[in-house]
Amino acid sequence: MSVTTAADGFKDVRPPLSDADIEQLKAGDRVRITGVLYTARDAAHGRLWPLIEQGKVLPIDVRGQIIYYTGPSPAQPGDIVGSIGPTTGSRMDKFTPALLQLGLKATIGKGHRGQAVKDALKQYKGVYFGAVGGAGAVLSEYVKKLEIVAYEDLGTEAIRRLEVESFPVMVVNDCHGGDLYQEGMTRYAR
Amino acid sequence: MREIHVSAVTDAVKKLCMDANLELEPDMLRAFDRALETERSEAGKHVLRLLQTNAALARTRRIPYCQDTGFVVCFVELGQDVHVTGGGLYDAINEGVRQGYTEGYLRASIVRSPFDRVNTGDNTPAVIHVDIVEGATLRILVMAKGGGCENRSKYKMLTPAEGVGGVKEWIIECVKTAGPDACPPLILGVGVGGTFEQAALLSKKALFREVGSRNPDATIDAIEQELLDRANRTGIGPQGYGGDTTAFGIHILTFPCHITSLPVAVTIECHAHRHKEVTL
Repeated sequence: MSVTTAADGFKDVRPPLSDADIEQLKAGDRVRITGVLYTARDAAHGRLWPLIEQGKVLPIDVRGQIIYYTGPSPAQPGDIVGSIGPTTGSRMDKFTPALLQLGLKATIGKGHRGQAVKDALKQYKGVYFGAVGGAGAVLSEYVKKLEIVAYEDLGTEAIRRLEVESFPVMVVNDCHGGDLYQEGMTRYAR
Repeated sequence: MREIHVSAVTDAVKKLCMDANLELEPDMLRAFDRALETERSEAGKHVLRLLQTNAALARTRRIPYCQDTGFVVCFVELGQDVHVTGGGLYDAINEGVRQGYTEGYLRASIVRSPFDRVNTGDNTPAVIHVDIVEGATLRILVMAKGGGCENRSKYKMLTPAEGVGGVKEWIIECVKTAGPDACPPLILGVGVGGTFEQAALLSKKALFREVGSRNPDATIDAIEQELLDRANRTGIGPQGYGGDTTAFGIHILTFPCHITSLPVAVTIECHAHRHKEVTL
């Protein structure tokens, strides 16, 4: 089991994730992720896309994995990484359903996802996590290891393999149709 | 005629770029404090506290507050009694950006063409606006403008018949469509009037006003306060997780208008509101 609930109410998530793991996650859950995340944003998705369309092997095996939408700032000497907060998820909407179909289990970003992505989260059992946008300095503290695994020429947009410890996120969209943004706004609108 | 060498401009811009990304301005830190006094949402309070920690960490570790270290938008007020020597003013500013982003370990986020999208590698060029003003000083205002919130900025040509009511509705519409995508709590820079490009320019300039300050024009101040209250009643909240703190400020600048027009530009700014200025 890769999803467990801790005494403090947080859910601890350790990829790789299964359908059963995903079903336990609900919109609004506070989550800590420990293990591997892959970074990819606009340009990396742009390169993955023709491979997906042609049914070719991708440079990373996405099955059970989590993609973090981010382009970190450069590491200073002695640091693992620079600032590393999330970028807007909806720019990757075009690519996400196909990646979920290939077995990707989760993405981390910020901001709304389109209906096609929300439908794909239900169909293929996936989850969309939100990390706090603009909190890149704090989030860098949870990254314990980093290596570039593909498209190094893309600089900040290269695909990186991160090892993180207790990386903090919230469940925004779950596989049951739950939507934290919608529920939160409805609750506090006056 | 006072002479200012371009090397002084380069040095100043370099420092402004680095400081802006590492040291959030006091007006933003005060905005976090104020919001924590009124925010009802636990998730919202959690986000605000995290942002306070983030700002402190950025300052002490000298690591950028946000990984998107921005597009440099530079407003220059060039005194007409100043003679810039030793090279071009624009080149000097871009050299400062280049040095600041390279030596400061700031992210290169600019591509050389919107079509081929090859990264320039040093975050140049900056977007530079120069105003000629009276006097013998050179004032440089720098903003490191995030891309995510910029993407939610909007423009509308209203009709004079739609009037101030129409302007208000449009601004609130902009808050709602920006929503969680633009990293709330937001600051809205609003330009009303002028021509198409003038309104857009005013919307950027408006962001340089201190967050939490009041508009010196009482009529516009009342509009700003009403809209800020409405924005914070939308329920969007910090990061869109639900709450009472959706915007920290709505800053409006106006310009005279053609009898046929009512242009409204809204620049959306996120809580990573990084701005610095210096006068040479």
